[in-house]
Amino acid sequence: MIAPKRRPRGARAALALLAASALALAGCAPGSGAPPAQPSGARAGASATPVNTDPASLGDVTLTVWDQEVRGGQAAQMERLNAAFQAKYPNITLKRVSRSFDDLTTTLRLALSGNEPPDVVEANNGRSSMGAFVKAGQLRPLDAYAEAYGWKERYPESVLKYSRYSADGKVFGEGNLYGLPQVGEVVGIFYNSAKLTALGVSPPRTWAEFEAALAKAAAAGEVPLQFGNLDKWPAVHVFGTVQSRGVPAGQIGALAFGRKGASWNTPENVRAAEQLVSWVDRGYFAKGFNGQGYDAAWQAFGKGQGVFLIAGTWLLADLREALGERLGFMLPPGVTAGAPPVATGGTGLPFAITAKSPHPDAAAAYIDFITNAEAMKVLTDTGNLPVADTGEQTVPEGAQRDVFTAFSTVSGKDGLVPYLDYATPTFADTLGAALQDLLARKASPREFLATLEKDYKTFAESNG
Amino acid sequence: MAAPPGEPRRVAYLYLLPAFAVYAAFLLYPIGRAVQISLYDWDGLTLGTWAGLDNYVAVVADEGLRAAFGHALVLILFYAAGPLVIGLALAATLNHAKVRGLGFFRTVVFLPQVIAMVVVAVAWRRVYAPDGTLNDLLGALGLDALTRGWLGEHAFALPAVGVVGTWFETGLVTVLLLAGMSRIPPQLYEAARLDGAGAVREFFAVTLPSVRGEVAVALTLTVIAALRTFDLVYVTTRGGPGTSTTVPSYEVYHRAFGLGQVGSAAAIGVTLTVVIFVISLAVNRFADRRTT
Repeated sequence: MIAPKRRPRGARAALALLAASALALAGCAPGSGAPPAQPSGARAGASATPVNTDPASLGDVTLTVWDQEVRGGQAAQMERLNAAFQAKYPNITLKRVSRSFDDLTTTLRLALSGNEPPDVVEANNGRSSMGAFVKAGQLRPLDAYAEAYGWKERYPESVLKYSRYSADGKVFGEGNLYGLPQVGEVVGIFYNSAKLTALGVSPPRTWAEFEAALAKAAAAGEVPLQFGNLDKWPAVHVFGTVQSRGVPAGQIGALAFGRKGASWNTPENVRAAEQLVSWVDRGYFAKGFNGQGYDAAWQAFGKGQGVFLIAGTWLLADLREALGERLGFMLPPGVTAGAPPVATGGTGLPFAITAKSPHPDAAAAYIDFITNAEAMKVLTDTGNLPVADTGEQTVPEGAQRDVFTAFSTVSGKDGLVPYLDYATPTFADTLGAALQDLLARKASPREFLATLEKDYKTFAESNG
Repeated sequence: MAAPPGEPRRVAYLYLLPAFAVYAAFLLYPIGRAVQISLYDWDGLTLGTWAGLDNYVAVVADEGLRAAFGHALVLILFYAAGPLVIGLALAATLNHAKVRGLGFFRTVVFLPQVIAMVVVAVAWRRVYAPDGTLNDLLGALGLDALTRGWLGEHAFALPAVGVVGTWFETGLVTVLLLAGMSRIPPQLYEAARLDGAGAVREFFAVTLPSVRGEVAVALTLTVIAALRTFDLVYVTTRGGPGTSTTVPSYEVYHRAFGLGQVGSAAAIGVTLTVVIFVISLAVNRFADRRTT
């Protein structure tokens, strides 16, 4: 075979066509089909109009709801609440579309930029999801409904802040309310009480006692802290827990919401990073943790490998099934026994109303229905952790009560600090990769913090 | 001058039109659109702003992205070079020895190709886990000092991912080469043997030149597979530990759907397409020239 030297005419014609179509394309910028973001004045006006809180009076309405409640107890509560809503308001028809978290995240972007988006959507709190949608004017501020339904009285502000953005989507953690979550979550310490008894240790009440317990477990040949960090993000929760012992909560809030005026290069942050590295050096983490999957790690803890596990309350149901009465949970203890509780945590995905929905009143009534006091009971019954009225639920003694007590304590005392990866759109990657480097000793604590500072500062400056 | 007999030649283009329309709608238009988007700074939601070649400059200037392309080049060694060497040896042996049950061996060698890459990745993730099969095996051999979390160590993660590629592509290459070798006329081997060539000489003088076309096909396919590696990295390491296994395709997905940097994602995609195009062209040019 010899490649022909002269380009045949057909190819030239095709090239010309390609060039022509490229030129034709250049006429319209990407996103020009999207609606222009509403000016914030118009939005403020919209939220000032009176709202109708009686869904029965709204006539025949069809609400399309996109949620990600597909698993176990999550799916069960959604089905029960939807059925109850339909029974109470037969004039409102629910069209439910449920997808797994990953699928929802990738498809929601497209769905919201269409002309007929769903009415109610579960949108992830972070900047690249809810923040981007707010910026694009695709979500409706819910403050008027919050007033009318009394959401602000029922939900602690430390919970609502995770669904707040400024109208231009730039400031996270304050401003308009764009969604309402059903469930809460907090990162704390799961422990195997049988192992603690065998070690002769009681659940630690201070951070120093916790470290002493880790040392004792290591000396006894146990895995002190079960841990799997192949997926990059699990270390964020462990680091957040260590960091919030020493770094003031206000600073963590500024760093994690990506606001100006804080810094990673502080002695407290250096100490937190050093403490984490010292745990690696002393062999407190499970062997080969950077190469172990997150699921494999907590499953190993469920099989009795490991004394402690720093993880979120979302693992409660699975771990309880595996460990039964041996499972315990507590908030990360403070530096002193009487220190106010501080823990990384937040909420499940909040339910939001799209700006283009023709039925905002019905949508808000639906959101209120799935988050009211009655709904919180259903959430408890189906094994979820309700975000409001948590302390008033009756749950059996054991790990579940531990979790409920922990969440109501920390959210009631405004002790929740945000996930650190909320900070900037790219921070989850930056922090995840930097932590893997730190834990593998490829980066020193100061280099680690310099990497974080660079991402944070770049964003905070450009965000204004 | 009289026109050539029959219908005017230009009518032929009319016949091509339906196929071209489909081709243009589903291939040329999206490519053109991707190129266009790559010239904008666009979050996928609001109106994009013109960025000119900034996104392309970033592909070259951004240390992380350069590293990602570097990792893809390393993967070529594992996806293309490794399987080619193993495949040549395997195919020559199978072909030469006229083994009984050749069909069976061919099937076994080809099997990895039948499995979806995601399944392959999940399986290998377990093999490489700290409590996984590989470490169990090393432990059984008394090599406890070598056990580690393979995907979690900076020095080993990329080679570990690469080995999966070698395992996956070797079957394809072997089967391709076997097909080529089976077409070599036996007379050539007879002649070589009469001239006193041994097995090695025979391989380099007869077998290798005869399968040059197949080698080119195998290299093209495997090099492309290496450069567009996505699912393997997505499932096993997500680019970690640190950034030691990032690859361009993963960056495209991540930027477009995770970070909302659609313009930058498109620029990486276009760059990757050009790189793949150039490398495949080079491979084919190389093979073509030698056969004539």
